[in-house]
Amino acid sequence: MPVSPGAPPVEVRDGSVAIGGRPILRGIDLTVRSGEFLALMGANGSGKSTLVRAITGLLPTTGGGISLFGTPYADFRDWKRVGFVPQRASAASGVPATVWEVVASGRITRRRPFLPLSREDRRAIADAIDVVGLSDSTGLGVSQLSGGQQQRVLIARALAGEPDLLVLDEPTAGVDLGNQRALADALATFKAGGATIVLVAHELGPMAPLIDRAVVMRDGRIAYDGPALDEEDAHGHHHPLAASHDHVPHVGSPLDELGGGR
Amino acid sequence: MSDFVDLFSLPFMQRALLAALLTGLAAPAIGTFLVQRRLALLGDGIGHVAVTGVAIGLLTNTSPTWTAVVVAILGAVLIEVIRERGHTNGDVALALLFYGGLAGGVLITGLAGQGAARLQEYLFGSLTSITAGDVWFTFGLTVVLLVTTLGLLPQLFAVSSDPDFARVAGLRVRLYNLLIAVLAAVTVTVAMRTVGLLLVSALMVVPVATAQQLARSFRTTIAGAMVVGVLAALGGLLLSAALSFRATVAPGPTIVLLALAMFASTWPIGVWLRRRRRMLSPFASVEVATHTVTDEHPHQHGTDCGHPAVPHADHVDYVHDGHRHAVHGEHYDEH
Ligand SMILES: Nc1ncnc2c1ncn2[C@@H]1O[C@H](COP(=O)(O)OP(=O)(O)OP(=O)(O)O)[C@@H](O)[C@H]1O
Ligand SMILES: [Mg+2]
Ligand SMILES: [Zn+2]
Ligand SMILES: [Zn+2]
Ligand SMILES: [Zn+2]
Repeated sequence: MPVSPGAPPVEVRDGSVAIGGRPILRGIDLTVRSGEFLALMGANGSGKSTLVRAITGLLPTTGGGISLFGTPYADFRDWKRVGFVPQRASAASGVPATVWEVVASGRITRRRPFLPLSREDRRAIADAIDVVGLSDSTGLGVSQLSGGQQQRVLIARALAGEPDLLVLDEPTAGVDLGNQRALADALATFKAGGATIVLVAHELGPMAPLIDRAVVMRDGRIAYDGPALDEEDAHGHHHPLAASHDHVPHVGSPLDELGGGR
Repeated sequence: MSDFVDLFSLPFMQRALLAALLTGLAAPAIGTFLVQRRLALLGDGIGHVAVTGVAIGLLTNTSPTWTAVVVAILGAVLIEVIRERGHTNGDVALALLFYGGLAGGVLITGLAGQGAARLQEYLFGSLTSITAGDVWFTFGLTVVLLVTTLGLLPQLFAVSSDPDFARVAGLRVRLYNLLIAVLAAVTVTVAMRTVGLLLVSALMVVPVATAQQLARSFRTTIAGAMVVGVLAALGGLLLSAALSFRATVAPGPTIVLLALAMFASTWPIGVWLRRRRRMLSPFASVEVATHTVTDEHPHQHGTDCGHPAVPHADHVDYVHDGHRHAVHGEHYDEH
């Protein structure tokens, strides 16, 4: 596959998505540059997951186009370059599985059917477990772990495929500060290797210093796209996830401009 | 007793044992993925649909085994499609096929003018009716099934544990889901002669439930389930043969009851194991804020003092009577 070195990992042009005939995302223009750490923020139901699912190909776009690494979505086959952490509360399924087994399943992007794991595969799996700090728990069942540790397992699973682009949907929801720090450290290590990260989050917490750019969604559109806002600006006061109050930044100028224009 | 030993020299018994062995291996292997996808009852749905397949075979005077394979595969694909397309729950789709398959089968058998006894062979299994051809058929299908499930284990594991992740990883999730459904249908028809269509699903699910009690990895679960499946299938067959000198004992129900007995006997062990694991999993390494010394403490904690020693940051806490005691110089701290 011809890959131009400077091609942006994600490029959405005038993208729209409808679910069951109901327009959810409209007029999304978003280019994620190589090596960028982008935070996708917004209230519940503002369309963050929908956008992330469109980018990863889980939902079809109803208009506009998406390119990954410079290749239009329809022609894109190089899925080993993309790592995905879905919005999930748990890494467990109907049958027991160990931390190692779940992380190893992330290596699937680079394995051929019917062939055993190569030494390279084993190294990548061990590295991924190491990055999220779970080296001591490889043999434990995932259902025994806390929610935050399970999120770390899911991130390690995505890292095991050694992707160039990592897309995470709310890995920090309901995770305590200690585990959030561990997640931030893992992402910092990963970013240092030159990878691109798209992170959906409500609160940046310990991730804040890593963020290069913030995009805020509001009702299926992009309401803010610019430099990372620090926590104070984004949440002028401390509040729980209040239903009537969305997470659009309270900085005056960008919103005022958008409010009238669109 | 010598009657029982003589049984092994009977060709039909040898064929039955071979068929049971193969079924015991195949059914739990595919069953593990069904349980992982929380579709434990899929095998049951397919089994009911296959009844119609058998009936069509009886009606048209073709081999009921082949018609059952075809109809079971069609039914499995249909269930999978309804489950995937219908955004509501797949339960209802399964239920519809359950009743449709069973009712259709009984009706068509009646039309074919065959007695209920003939259908019964397929519903609850029948040792004596297994032909050499059936054994070869079972053997071939079992080999295909084991090679596919074990060879594609990493792919099937990924798809069954997290379909969204698997799709973004570039796997054709729909294809793998269909593969699982087709393999389940094949298994159902393989097991039809030994356990019978109405009880096949038990051999797909109960061994997995049994292995889950003791295992904490996927690999040991699937391997353990196959061991339990083989033990139950062979044991049940022999047991029913031994008892058949005194009464009519069908092999299918005996196999299933034996599998259930194995589940029942591992259950307390599983409860104990899980409790122990939870007990011994490390305490969060949060700094102990205050220094609380125990009151009188005549007991000496140590490696074999009998109290669980649970890792806590850089030391261990001894757990007893709701306390966590850590050694600190000459005394114990409350942690
Ligand atoms: N499967 C679906 N069927 C119908 N509507 C849906 C579906 N999934 C999402 N939606 C709608 O799409 C909108 C955006 O949802 P989305 O899950 O993308 O929000 P989100 O920003 O990720 O929210 P959260 O913070 O709760 O995860 C919501 O209004 C929701 O009602
Ligand atoms: Mg979401
Ligand atoms: Zn302690
Ligand atoms: Zn004590
Ligand atoms: Zn002390």
